[in-house]
Amino acid sequence: MVHEETVYDALANAHGEAGRWAFGTGFDDPLAGVDTTVPGGIDPADLGTYCLMLGDDALVLAQRLTEWVTRAPELEEEVAIGNIALDLLGQARLLLARAGSVGVLGRSRERAGATIPDEDALAYFRDPDEFHSTALVAAPDTDFAQAVVRLLAAATVRLAVFSRLRSSRDPVLAAIAAKGVHELAYHRDHAARWVVRLGDGTEESHRRTRSAVDAVWPLLAELFTPTDVETRLAAAGVAVDPAGVRDEVRDVLGQVLGRAALPVPAWPVGTPPRGRRGQHGPELAELLGTLQGLARQHPAATW
Amino acid sequence: MPAPTLDRQPAGSPDEAALQQQFAATIAADRRIEPRDWMPEGYRKTLVRQVAQHAHSEIIGMQPEGDWLLAAPSLRRKAVLLAKVQDEAGHGLYLYSAAETLGADRADLTDKLIEGRQKYSSIFNYPTPSYADVGVIGWLVDGAAICNQVPLCRSSYGPYARAMIRVCKEESFHQRQGYELLMTMMRGTDEQRAMVQESVDRWWWPSLMMFGPPDDESPNTAQSMAWGIKRHTNDELRQRFVDMTVPQAQFLGVTLPDPDLAWDEESGHWRFGAIDWEEFKRVLGGQGPMNDVRIARRRAARDDNAWVVEAATAHARKHEAVPA
Repeated sequence: MVHEETVYDALANAHGEAGRWAFGTGFDDPLAGVDTTVPGGIDPADLGTYCLMLGDDALVLAQRLTEWVTRAPELEEEVAIGNIALDLLGQARLLLARAGSVGVLGRSRERAGATIPDEDALAYFRDPDEFHSTALVAAPDTDFAQAVVRLLAAATVRLAVFSRLRSSRDPVLAAIAAKGVHELAYHRDHAARWVVRLGDGTEESHRRTRSAVDAVWPLLAELFTPTDVETRLAAAGVAVDPAGVRDEVRDVLGQVLGRAALPVPAWPVGTPPRGRRGQHGPELAELLGTLQGLARQHPAATW
Repeated sequence: MPAPTLDRQPAGSPDEAALQQQFAATIAADRRIEPRDWMPEGYRKTLVRQVAQHAHSEIIGMQPEGDWLLAAPSLRRKAVLLAKVQDEAGHGLYLYSAAETLGADRADLTDKLIEGRQKYSSIFNYPTPSYADVGVIGWLVDGAAICNQVPLCRSSYGPYARAMIRVCKEESFHQRQGYELLMTMMRGTDEQRAMVQESVDRWWWPSLMMFGPPDDESPNTAQSMAWGIKRHTNDELRQRFVDMTVPQAQFLGVTLPDPDLAWDEESGHWRFGAIDWEEFKRVLGGQGPMNDVRIARRRAARDDNAWVVEAATAHARKHEAVPA
């Protein structure tokens, strides 16, 4: 074998140097080194289900954002959207791995090969009715205004929840939240800046952003009604009762719309948490069909 | 040293001869030309063409693999691919910035790309029907790109050379990630191994074409080498790539689709079969399988989002800081 003084050297033995791989793409178990023992008094099934709620929201929104890659208005925005999607994908991996670590795997293990890690079994081998994501993250974008208005709403809610989760009695959730708040603060800020620019830009951008707000606001209706799982875990100091973040979310969104010269629609009347209970529209099934297709064709394969 | 300037001197003025001499001395001493230095118009034009073509290749190159972003079969692979495609957008940004130091304008270069007045690497006009293509693009296409680009880190134009150092570092990780995916697939199921071989069969020859036409048909090479913009000829780089890649293919356990591929003890090189240059010309000339799709995606990104750019501009104008 000819040796050359180039980056090719040792390619065939290219392992190690894990620290220089792209952020969030390490090969290690994302929860390596964290004590995953469930503290006393916490129901592991509830904890796992709650992690799926938060993890599924992140996974589905990452997928929607990724649809913009190679289609964004500017190259700088390609990079920014890619960053936000990567952050959310990282959060999803940690949360799905946590659900797996407490044994909440649903029917995924009946379908996924034994060598497939829990995070992938959960992401790729659950059917839509086993997903706990909300309609807010699953809705398709019709244009860039809707993408940024939805991101603003989703990041605002998630940041409010994660800020409180930093003091969760589950040390894994607390650690995931502590890492996530920095990311989510950036996501919210990035989206808010775009909403202000577009709302207070041209007549056309104002009209489009107003339509986007009108399309996104009704999706907030189910977000603040707790499921029984959330109520029980909130009482145990593990989860956040979503009803408790509603006013903060309403204030933040109202401030951004005000700065964007956009009218604030009436706050939607609360509805039952359909998404959290696995009740979804066809758009989630379509999104998951794309996400899961190849993995499901090869259930015994590892990648 | 007198402060150099971009101002055009009247043709044939005595100053121009001095500037020309200074430029030649800089090149001869293997030092860098910087944006504020005087440079011959031909040098500037050649660089803008090459750097823009390179930037366009990074941006169009996001698409073939980007088509697998939504369907990557594990969350880790999805994250790796997303980070890679994001890096390519970043490379495009550095390179357009390098072109802007030469007086070009990014929006104008994008228009030229969309209107077909500037080219990008012909490799990105091939489709990616198999997930194995993600690994093979990393291994072969990024590998060939690195072979082309490592010498450009010593390019005579400073901003281009510096951009290439960063690009090459990131490309080398992409290549390793691609090769690592292929290794994993080759250790996997029979179907996965078949996917890798089928993909290698499609990408091998187009990868060799990435180095451009043979030296005796490459009209710009001699001048570009004299100016220090290019450091090696197309055929030299192609041979280097083949010599590096054959042992990697053997280690991986795939067959390269060339019956004439053979080790030549005397020269110490792998000899390879004839490249189908007609296919290269067809693809470069717009007749490749995916040319229209690639450009249509860029056009849609520009046109469908034109209102966003207009809005951002209008907003900035409304809120410009009032000078004190």
